[in-house]
Amino acid sequence: MKKWQCIVCGFVYDEAEGLPEEGIAPGTRWEDIPEDWACPDCGVAKADFEMIEIADCA
Amino acid sequence: MTAHDSNPLVIIGTGLAGYTLAREFRRLDAARPLVLVSHDDGAFYSKPMLSNALSQGREVEALVTADADTMASRLDARVLAHREVVAIDRERRRVRLADGETLDYGKLVLAVGARPIRIPLQGEAADRVSSINNLEDYRRFRQALRPGATVLIMGAGLIGCEFANDLAASGHGVTVTDPAPLPLGRLAPPANAERLRDALQALGVAWCLGDHVVRLDEAADGRLEATLAGGERVEADLVLSAVGLRPDTRLAEAAGLVCRRGIVVDHLLRTSDPDIHALGDCIELDGQVLPFVQPIMIGARALARTLAGHPTEVDYPPMPVVVKTPACPTVVAPPPAGAEGEWRVEADESGVESRFVDTAGRLRGFALSGDRAARRQALTAELEAAADA
Repeated sequence: MKKWQCIVCGFVYDEAEGLPEEGIAPGTRWEDIPEDWACPDCGVAKADFEMIEIADCA
Repeated sequence: MTAHDSNPLVIIGTGLAGYTLAREFRRLDAARPLVLVSHDDGAFYSKPMLSNALSQGREVEALVTADADTMASRLDARVLAHREVVAIDRERRRVRLADGETLDYGKLVLAVGARPIRIPLQGEAADRVSSINNLEDYRRFRQALRPGATVLIMGAGLIGCEFANDLAASGHGVTVTDPAPLPLGRLAPPANAERLRDALQALGVAWCLGDHVVRLDEAADGRLEATLAGGERVEADLVLSAVGLRPDTRLAEAAGLVCRRGIVVDHLLRTSDPDIHALGDCIELDGQVLPFVQPIMIGARALARTLAGHPTEVDYPPMPVVVKTPACPTVVAPPPAGAEGEWRVEADESGVESRFVDTAGRLRGFALSGDRAARRQALTAELEAAADA
C-alpha cells in the first residue's frame, strides 16, 4: 500500500484507508481510481498527474 | 475570433495561480499567444509542501515538478524567467520590463501573489529574521538549518503551526510566539486551538502565547537571542517570521487600479480596468482576501473560461482549510464574518468537533481536530446544503 500527495494542495491519499466517504474502498490502489476522480481539496483532476508518491507502507 | 483576441494573453506571475490559469486557458484556446513573466526562475513547485517537506524527508529540489522551459513547452507559451515587470501602460495595453523590453497584451492577468508582513524589531540582529514565501526563501532556510538546530517561530497561525509541527517532528527545538492566547487566531474556536496547542507541545514545541518578539540580538556562536515583550529571552539558531501575508498591490496601484487590502476585482475577476484581470493571493473579492489553494483553483477555472470568450463568474462553494499538522490533523471552515450564532463543541480523547450553528439552527462553519478531521466531507456537504437553503 502506498500514500500519494497532491502537489497542488498537499492532500494525502492513503491507499490503505481509501476514501470511503467518496465511495473509494480501503485498499484501492491509486492506479485503480477512476480517471474522472478529482482531488477533494483543490479539484485537480487525476488526469493531470498532480499526485506524487510519498511513502510505501507495504 | 476578433483581431483583439489574437493579441497575447500576458500573465504576470508563475505561482500556482499563474500556471493553473495558463493550463486551464490552453485547454480552451490552443491558438492565442500566451506569455508568462516571472521574477523568479519560473519553476513550477508545490508551495503547500514547503511546510511539510522536512518530516517527509524531501529535499528542496524534489518539490520542483517542472522547470520554466518544460512549462513553456507544455503550455505552448513564452515563459520569461528572472524578469521584472515595472509598469503597466493601460492606454497602449503594454507592460514594460526592468530591462526596457515591452510586451503588448490583449488581456493582462495579475497573479502576483502576496508578500510576507514584516514586524519591525529592535536589536542588531533584526535583519536576520527569515520568512518563507517561495521556493527560493525555503532553499535558503534549509541551507541554514543544521541538524538539531533550534528555531523560533513568530506567529502561531496556519503556516506557523505547520512549520512548528514539521520542524519538531524532524528533531528540531521549536519555540512559537504569538500575541494571541491560542494558535490559529480567528480560524478556529478555542476547543480546537487548545487541542492543537497541546498536541504540538507533546511533540516538543514550546509556546510563548500572549507574547511577541520585540528585539533580536546576536548571541554566542552565531546564535540569536530574542527578547519578548514580557521580558522573557529565547535563544535560537534561526528565527522564522510567519505573521501573515499582504497582497502585493504595488504594480496595480502604480497603474491606478482600484486597490484596498488587495487588488479589487468583481466576480469575473476583473479589476477596475476591463482588460486587466487578477487572480490568487493578490486579490480582494467581496471585501475578502483568501490566500488558500482552493479559491485559486476555482478562480483559475472560471477566469480561463472568461478569457476564452465565455464570461464565467466565480462562485465559491464552502472551502474548508486543511491545517497540515500531523500531530493533530485540523480542518477549519470559519463562519462568515458577522454570522450570528454559537459554537457547539463535542470533544473526547480522539478529537474535537465544533459546529457553528446560526440563530435559525443552520450549520455555518466548523472546526475538526484529531480523528474528527475525517468528518470533513460530511460537514462540508451540510454547509453546502445550509448555504443553498
